[in-house]
Amino acid sequence: MNFRRFPALLLLLALPVLCTPAAGRETGEEVIADLSHGQVAITASFVGSEILVFGAIKREAPPPGDAPLGIIVTVSGPSEPLVIWRKKRVAGIWVNAASLKIDAAPSFYAVSTNAPLRQILIGSEDLRYKISIRQAIQAYWANLLALDAGDFTEALVRLRAEDDLYQMNEGQVSLQAETLFRTSVRLPAKLVEGRYMARIFLTRKGRVLSSYQTDIEVRKVGLERWIFNLAHQRPLLYGLLSLVIAIIAGWGASTAFRYLRGQSG
Amino acid sequence: MQVYLPIAEISVSAFLLLGLGGIVGMLSGMFGVGGGFLITPLLFFIGVPPPVAVATGTNQIVASSFSAVLAHLKRRTVDLRMGSVLLVGGLIGAALGVRLFALLHTMGQVDLLVQLSYVGFLGVIGFLMLMESLRALRRARQPDAPRRKRHHHTWVHALPFKMKFRTSGLYISVIPPLAIGAVVGILSAIMGVGGGFIMVPAMIYLIGMPTKVVVGTSLFQIIFVTGFTTIMHATTNYSVDMVLAVLLIVGGVIGAQIGTRISTRLKAEQLRILLALLVLAVCIKIALGLLIEPEELFSISRIREGQA
Repeated sequence: MNFRRFPALLLLLALPVLCTPAAGRETGEEVIADLSHGQVAITASFVGSEILVFGAIKREAPPPGDAPLGIIVTVSGPSEPLVIWRKKRVAGIWVNAASLKIDAAPSFYAVSTNAPLRQILIGSEDLRYKISIRQAIQAYWANLLALDAGDFTEALVRLRAEDDLYQMNEGQVSLQAETLFRTSVRLPAKLVEGRYMARIFLTRKGRVLSSYQTDIEVRKVGLERWIFNLAHQRPLLYGLLSLVIAIIAGWGASTAFRYLRGQSG
Repeated sequence: MQVYLPIAEISVSAFLLLGLGGIVGMLSGMFGVGGGFLITPLLFFIGVPPPVAVATGTNQIVASSFSAVLAHLKRRTVDLRMGSVLLVGGLIGAALGVRLFALLHTMGQVDLLVQLSYVGFLGVIGFLMLMESLRALRRARQPDAPRRKRHHHTWVHALPFKMKFRTSGLYISVIPPLAIGAVVGILSAIMGVGGGFIMVPAMIYLIGMPTKVVVGTSLFQIIFVTGFTTIMHATTNYSVDMVLAVLLIVGGVIGAQIGTRISTRLKAEQLRILLALLVLAVCIKIALGLLIEPEELFSISRIREGQA
């Protein structure tokens, strides 16, 4: 049996239990959202970007007063496999000694909410929709059985949070009259190219009532794109070109210098 | 002004890179060394991934050595025959080095390899250079002290496959230059250096080449080996960053002009002591990084497509 599918199977078995009707479902609440821009261009002077996520809640009946409304916005970058290393002292020096392989971890992940996540989302719904950062990281079931696997995934989240690549922005979504909401998500300069996904969840009593999903295209443009593509698709040509450019730059600059000095002296 | 580096995939201040290239260029102008052994660790410190730093470092060396090689060729201070033998060794070494680099990259040990190589080589070279220049300084004060004989017979002269090198006035086995070339090639691939700091003493003391052709010949070998290493890194690790290289090169050329002027005001012995101390300082800095418990024990390495 394929161990990779094992958690998914467990989830499937648990689904009937998870899908109990939630308060507010009868009011037919639905979330509609949009982004300030669906494309992010990485140029030579790219220092990061900000994306405004805004929307409204459509409903057919007045909102139920008893259950607090939750809005969760997640923005995730393309996932990729990676290895987390831990250093250990071996023969007096610190070397990478232990590792954990992660099958897929988003290169960027931001969660923005209008209230503390725990108050507006219950654990089983988080598991189902993979909303929190911890749920977004996937690893082989067998690998996670290692005793200290938690230390490694924690380190991944911590390291990426330091670079602003993983963000937990609790309370950053502003909600007006339980209808209009908006938030902005910071994209740092250190972005990986690819298709990003924005998801917006509407919850009541910790259960997801409605969700909306849209794409953000992050791509290098102009010269940066051309260089990156050339380096990966025609590496030999790229290598030769780098040499030629290097020689021209070095030779050109020193010739220019000699010329300038010759004129002044 | 921030610049996005397309291969390193980070955004760095253009002035920081120009300044970095400038400082290293200044030092290389002062001391007559390529400066690769300084630029690669400095790139690590500003957050450039080690594979990109090493590969781009070799690309930068090609540029900074090019005009020097032309000057030496014009002055006929290049032993082309010796240079070619060193080059054959260098290409073999570089090919092996790039393979080893790619292999250790997948094992997560590439940083360790690079750091240990730096500590080992810089430590030995820095120490030898310091001793030698202190001795030279002492000799300069006592002019009647006995000098060492230049052309003495050693085990090197007993090896087979002898070849005539007219420019250097030598008739020796091709094995030592091939081996020296190979070692330098491996260093170039792993450390992102030209290897002049090891090749020049080896050519003088091991092969016994006349000093006037040593620098030109080593530069001749370096330019082809680093060029080859750049292409090997570009095709196996996709790690050469053109934008980063150009910024370092332009900064380096400006710095070199300043460095050359400073060097004319200092004595050769003093310069060599300064260089030795600098080499030892870089060595100690990297060694401390390995010996002191790091604040962050964890690190992330991305697995790119095409790598196992």
